[in-house]
Amino acid sequence: MNLHEYQGKEILSSFGVRIQRGIVAQNANEAVAAAKQLTSETGTSWHVIKAQVHAGGRGKGGGVKLAKNLEEVELIAGQIIGMDLVTPQTSAEGKRVHQILVAEDVYYPTEGGETSEFYVSVLLNRNTGRNMIVYSTEGGMDIETVAEETPELIHNEEIDPAVGLLPFQARKIAFNLGLSGGAFKEMTKFVSCLYTAYVESDSSLFEINPVLKTSDDKIMAVDAKVTIDDNALYRHKSYVDLRDLREESAIEVEAGELGLNYVDLDGNVGCMVNGAGLAMATMDLIKQAGGEPANFLDVGGTADAARVEAAFRIILKDPAVKAILINIFGGIVRCDRVAQGVVDAYKNMGDAIKVPIIVRLQGTNADIAKELIDNSGLDVLSATEFQEAADKVQAVLV
Amino acid sequence: MSVLVNKDSKIIVQGFTGSEGTFHAGQMIEYGTNVVGGVTPGKGGQTHLDKPVFNTVQEAVDKADADTTIIFVPPAFAADAIMEAADAGIKVIITITEGIPVADMIKASDYIKNKACRLIGPNCPGIITPGEAKVGIMPGFVFKKGKVGIVSKSGTLTYEAADQVVKQGLGITTAIGIGGDPIIGTTTKEAVELLINDPETEAVVMIGEIGGQLEADAANWYKASGSKKPVVGFIAGETAPAGRTMGHAGAIVGGSDDTAQAKKAIMRECGIHVVDSPAEIGKKIAEVLG
Repeated sequence: MNLHEYQGKEILSSFGVRIQRGIVAQNANEAVAAAKQLTSETGTSWHVIKAQVHAGGRGKGGGVKLAKNLEEVELIAGQIIGMDLVTPQTSAEGKRVHQILVAEDVYYPTEGGETSEFYVSVLLNRNTGRNMIVYSTEGGMDIETVAEETPELIHNEEIDPAVGLLPFQARKIAFNLGLSGGAFKEMTKFVSCLYTAYVESDSSLFEINPVLKTSDDKIMAVDAKVTIDDNALYRHKSYVDLRDLREESAIEVEAGELGLNYVDLDGNVGCMVNGAGLAMATMDLIKQAGGEPANFLDVGGTADAARVEAAFRIILKDPAVKAILINIFGGIVRCDRVAQGVVDAYKNMGDAIKVPIIVRLQGTNADIAKELIDNSGLDVLSATEFQEAADKVQAVLV
Repeated sequence: MSVLVNKDSKIIVQGFTGSEGTFHAGQMIEYGTNVVGGVTPGKGGQTHLDKPVFNTVQEAVDKADADTTIIFVPPAFAADAIMEAADAGIKVIITITEGIPVADMIKASDYIKNKACRLIGPNCPGIITPGEAKVGIMPGFVFKKGKVGIVSKSGTLTYEAADQVVKQGLGITTAIGIGGDPIIGTTTKEAVELLINDPETEAVVMIGEIGGQLEADAANWYKASGSKKPVVGFIAGETAPAGRTMGHAGAIVGGSDDTAQAKKAIMRECGIHVVDSPAEIGKKIAEVLG
């Protein structure tokens, strides 16, 4: 589950990580009130207005702006809220901004002091099965670019799960970031609180870019990208409400509520498959047959009539779909039951299905299933071999 | 010969009396698998499916000589079940459970690393040695005995591959479902190595998917091994968009090196017979075996 910047920062802050403070606002009036409150609490006179959407590169699309007085806060807030923010990580249509974070300006000058920006993230190293802290002196920019152009400036520190992050590791990070004095101490504390927050919140990604050293040597998170491990949400009931459905595809949310594992894609052939690996392979096969997959859909282990019908309805919401391929390898699931499900769902839906359906059933009772489909009188093409299904998809696309 | 499980394996089922455990243990017994009992804490002393129930894995090892376990315990308790099995001296720990928190698996994989056991999974269909032992949730009838080994991250795609191999008149030595999670006990490379070293296995089918480096590691190992046994490979997810999780928690393209295209390129360089269409796995294996 992905969180907004302001939600991620709240979690960080609750574990003692210093953050750039801010207040979330839904409209320009709230933004002005937030700015006033922030000034009284932090003494900041300038404010940064930041669009809260689940996408990186917000600054590049005009979603992050500095306001030097309350008039500018109101003006900028009005501009950003409601805009369709296009960033390098969104589609060309962009993402609608529903709320903003009014944050304190932390790039203030101090005599004799300088600011610098770093990159720090915590994530799983899949090769070793351990968490690691990835960090760099090159903060505030796209880390993929840094990795490509100057990989030697990216370091990582792997954490032994038996003992957790050790003090010497935190010191090593602070030294490698070129810090000394008060900023050095602040960084060791920052890193150790950050790792605790990562573990305690059952996150699967923390990306803090930039981590700022202020001109008076404070270390703080200016941004926060936080992803929580969905499988661990049962341990964190309070996080469940942090999910913002507006940030997700409406059709995927609906499919999820029906218990279907669905990912919306741009193609012209819908598919309905049992098992994630076979579902991906079926998408690939559609491409081989000259089509483009319109979705990923794993119906899971119980493909009965109700489920098949739900899946049909979800797939058919996409007007670009020209054909649907159902590919079920019956194991514990009996193919004849699935076939009956397809027939019942098809009959129930009457005229709603206007595209050709290709059903490939293999495994337990596949022959009975094929008979059922062939004798149903419905406009459904049946297949038993994978290649045969591909050929039939190809034929209907011509 | 075969790998990991055979007719002599003494198998227990953790989560034996739950609905999943009951159903699949029943199927395994029906297949002829040597299930010696099961573990459900608090139900020790009872009999289930005509087999003894134990309170702890240790008790199952002491009294029934168990050396292999299959875990159907719910996600919140599954990592604990893995560690209990490892602590009790179980040699092969097959974990079917899907949805175990990553933090739990980090802990479990660290706990078992110096124990004399092999973890398969989690989030996998299990292992089958046709005609001897089915320690998993796969439909047994699809797998006929033969000389081709299968390694796969996916359940139904394993059945698909086995079906294609069998329809070519060939059969399977052992099929290992390694699982689709970000942290799994046995890697693609380790599973391929087991099969390459098995005298009865004459060719290997290796099925991977987007995300992670496991297939590249396996391919590099294969090349370095100098093995003459042919390997046929397929990577699912060529059409999957970057940054999206495709069903399996580990199936997500993170960078340019874990796409299907990148993995297939490395596999080809390492001498693996890669097929682009999942419908051609069986045909290719027949071709390479001549």
